[in-house]
Amino acid sequence: MRPEAAGGLAARWMLLGEWRAHPARVATAVMAIAVGVALAFAVHLINASALNEFSKALRTVNGDADLQVRSASPQGFAESAYPAAAGVEGIAAVSPGVEFAASVGAATGVTLIGLDPLRAALVTPALLSAPTGGQAAPGAEVFDPDAVRLSPAALADAGVQIGGDVVITAAGITRVFRVVGVLSAAPEGRKLAVIDIAAAQWRFGQLGRLQRLDLKLAPGADADRVSEALRRVLPVDAAISNRQTAGRRSDSLSRAYRVNLQMLGLVALLTGGFLVFSAQSLSVARRRPQFALLRVLGTPRRALMAQVLAEGAIVGVFGAGAGLAVGFGIAATALRLLGGDLGGGYFQGGRPQLVFAPVAAAVFFGLGLAAAILGALLPARAAARAEPAVALKGAGEVWGAPGRISAWTATALLCAGALATTAPAIGGVSVFGYLAIALLLAGGVTAMPWLARLMLTPLSRRDLGSAWAMLAAQRLWGAPGQGALALCGIVASTSLMIAMAVMVTSFRSSVTEWLGQILPADLYVRMDGGGGLDPQAQTRLATVPGVAHIAFRRTTSLSLSPNLPPIALIAEPLGKGRPTLPLIGRYAPPPAGVISVWASEPAARIYGLNTGVRRRLPLGPRGTLVNVAGVWRDYAHQQGAISIDIGDYERLTGEHLRTEAAVTVTPGVAPAEVARRLRAALPPASAQQTLIAEPREIRARALSVFDRSFLVTYGLEAIAILVGLTGVGATFAAQTLARAKEFGMLRHVGVRRGQVVAMLAAEGALLGAVGAVAGIALGLAMSQVLIHVVNPQSFNWTMRTQIPWVLLMGVTESLVTTSAGAAVAAGWRALSADAIRAVREDW
Amino acid sequence: MPTHGSDNSPILRLERLTKSVSGGRTLFANLDLSVRAGELVAVTGESGVGKSTLLNLIAGLDRSDSGETWVDGLALSVLDDDARTNLRRDRIGFVFQAFHILPHLTLARNVALPLALQGVPAKAALARANEMLEAVDLGGRGDEPPSNLSGGELQRVAIARALAHRPALILADEPTGNLDPETAARVLDIFLCQVRQAGAAAVVVTHSESVAAAADRRLTLTAEGLHGRHAP
Repeated sequence: MRPEAAGGLAARWMLLGEWRAHPARVATAVMAIAVGVALAFAVHLINASALNEFSKALRTVNGDADLQVRSASPQGFAESAYPAAAGVEGIAAVSPGVEFAASVGAATGVTLIGLDPLRAALVTPALLSAPTGGQAAPGAEVFDPDAVRLSPAALADAGVQIGGDVVITAAGITRVFRVVGVLSAAPEGRKLAVIDIAAAQWRFGQLGRLQRLDLKLAPGADADRVSEALRRVLPVDAAISNRQTAGRRSDSLSRAYRVNLQMLGLVALLTGGFLVFSAQSLSVARRRPQFALLRVLGTPRRALMAQVLAEGAIVGVFGAGAGLAVGFGIAATALRLLGGDLGGGYFQGGRPQLVFAPVAAAVFFGLGLAAAILGALLPARAAARAEPAVALKGAGEVWGAPGRISAWTATALLCAGALATTAPAIGGVSVFGYLAIALLLAGGVTAMPWLARLMLTPLSRRDLGSAWAMLAAQRLWGAPGQGALALCGIVASTSLMIAMAVMVTSFRSSVTEWLGQILPADLYVRMDGGGGLDPQAQTRLATVPGVAHIAFRRTTSLSLSPNLPPIALIAEPLGKGRPTLPLIGRYAPPPAGVISVWASEPAARIYGLNTGVRRRLPLGPRGTLVNVAGVWRDYAHQQGAISIDIGDYERLTGEHLRTEAAVTVTPGVAPAEVARRLRAALPPASAQQTLIAEPREIRARALSVFDRSFLVTYGLEAIAILVGLTGVGATFAAQTLARAKEFGMLRHVGVRRGQVVAMLAAEGALLGAVGAVAGIALGLAMSQVLIHVVNPQSFNWTMRTQIPWVLLMGVTESLVTTSAGAAVAAGWRALSADAIRAVREDW
Repeated sequence: MPTHGSDNSPILRLERLTKSVSGGRTLFANLDLSVRAGELVAVTGESGVGKSTLLNLIAGLDRSDSGETWVDGLALSVLDDDARTNLRRDRIGFVFQAFHILPHLTLARNVALPLALQGVPAKAALARANEMLEAVDLGGRGDEPPSNLSGGELQRVAIARALAHRPALILADEPTGNLDPETAARVLDIFLCQVRQAGAAAVVVTHSESVAAAADRRLTLTAEGLHGRHAP
């Protein structure tokens, strides 16, 4: 008989006995794993559900086209591209389209599409629908220039009925249409409006321009070859995309955000693994004599190892199982309350349906199990290594003699972490950045025994005046491994929390500073939902009493790559010299005859638009050569932004429409009063959808959006800390109970109960202080990785480090108090046991 | 009760056993000993002379520098760690000075532990454990936790555990060392009675005069070897 199989009954008795004796400890470990798995799984489910919804929406808007040609900017490309594309071999059908951002009645954020119904029926039938109203013959209203069809969401928001009239504003022009039908195939929550293409071009001033061509390939045609042929006939300001590029574009929109949240979830799981390690290590150390007895009685080493691993695995199975269930619940609640982007503001439209992902569930279950088993691995090896003869002697130091402690492993891990920060991102994801954080964390935790010894050495050599203080310092100094075990979970969770907090504080202070720089005027005007100011309206606003100066801006979008979301193109009066943008680094004046643009930091990082770079931008049919004169700090457009002087922009595009304005108020006039007058001077149809705000309102709103998008981060942090503190409590309880014999002895030699408690409080406080110092140091190091590696690589922006001193002091204080409190609480329990029995008992 | 070594060959044989400790000091050299089934040998000697080390060598928990140990006919030097572990599991029973009763197992489960390790089904193992508890005057208390018991009672549980799996060899390290004289006398009686009933060979390391006096042979361990005389 194999010994493992033969010892199954004994192992079962031992397991059950241990768990019955210490249920709270097992429950803590199970909870730690459950929290980690729940968070990681919930974040994954939310992301997956939101992406699913997003790509479903995208499919419907793009219809069933095999290929799509989209204009690089909202101005569109020349209509002549349509016959040129239709003539390309391998294309069966082409449906031209115009597309605007529009407001329809009370509904804003509507995509207004103009289609040729006969062509669209061949390529994108989903964007058409039979007119409702019963009696009308199919197609009767198809060419009606006044007819509009709305998606259910647009219809609901617009506040109109079928057959009713609705005001549509797009490209700065307002027109009235009649609602003739519902786009029943439109995805839930998506706001679409479809009108006739000729009506769209004519009534919204887009004659001769198109924003999209939807293409159907001939059977058997090769998409790549057709794309190549198309590229030769299309103007520079039109780009080809297919389902894959469209999918990539939508994925890259929020990938960094999603990856970051996912990493936070996994970090929680990692912390759970550390807590299992800490709990199992203590449990093994406490049971060393028991394991020794089992070895003497004939249990093989690997059976002991298997037993401890099995304990870890069972904790993992229960923890991961509970975690999946809780994670599903969290995902459902979060989707309902916060939406698919968890407040990040990436996905617009309806609430996504929660999609259960069995494969992901299996993966996260596996991760939870692996974390628990890995956490038990080192303790299991320690259990198997137990020397029975020594351990059974009873007199031996249960925790191992205070010998030399090597810092090599820790140094190696920390160096590897430092090295990983130098590696570039992979696919826009800062893989090595996160690896660096994991390595730093592992290195920091591994260094704990050495660090604890280093920090306690001065105390251990000094005469501390009282016996209990001396006992506390000596014990921690003499058994630094044990202290480190207690600290492992708390250092892990504290350092991660500190790292996140420093990053968020730095980010927030950088954003605050930046908001101060970009908002120098007294009032800001922004037109949403397709509205705009034509030259007459601009003159009207400029002559409003109380307006000392008004600078108009036009913000539009420009697509630089079919795989990436479009960047923002901001046309504003920049003048010819150094502009008032918050520049980073040097300024490169352009050579004569070349137009200057100013790239935002993300644009510079994503597209290589660094200072001095010359690039052809898809502005105008042949594109325009521009010189990047400088790079400016921008946190508003994550996909990048380019600033261009409004004069240059007008020359290149011929467009006179403006969407924003910065107003300087005449001294002595109240900005609120000027705002009222400005609103009165706006075109009536746009006035409702125009935002007029003072800088402080914009700042407050921006920061509230910022805080909302970090809400989930704060939540995850709080949970990580809670788990860490629970770990501290459990650890102290375990250690203190294991030391009942020592307390009994101290009581015997005349140490008063109060002195023992004081000793424990001192030990707890010392450990807490060591943990806080180590956690903060490690956290600061990891925050630098977040700030200088992960953020630039994931979000393409940089920030200046700002240390939240108040928070750091608070963390130190609460760690010291919690540790001391946990030690004292556990000590009271241990002391209430009979001192005589404690001395007599062996374990 | 089965008896071991009915052919009268020794259950335990030590031949020219030598052991030194770290630092090179020789604990003992060229030590010879032979213990037959049913024979109880007491080993006395000054503290630090290596009595416990001798027991560890016999149990295969430690390795000698030279010489050989045979337990129930098996030479320990050729056995690997697993084989020596199995030897302990199947053929050796232990009684410790500090009892070493697992606090979270009932008395019956503590006693049944060696049988459980051998793969004996729970029912049979617990039946035998209760039988052994009966034999050490703790009948009917199998379901109690160890925390209810006094030191003497705990050591009686340990004796029951040492004999539950009918080992050929019993090793005891100061079995009465943690007990008051009166309790010690009672525990010693039970120990002797049980060992003799089992017909096992026994080696008892002790400082106790009464334990040594009760043994069949009394040996004193010194650096030069085991010196002894038969009990009167």
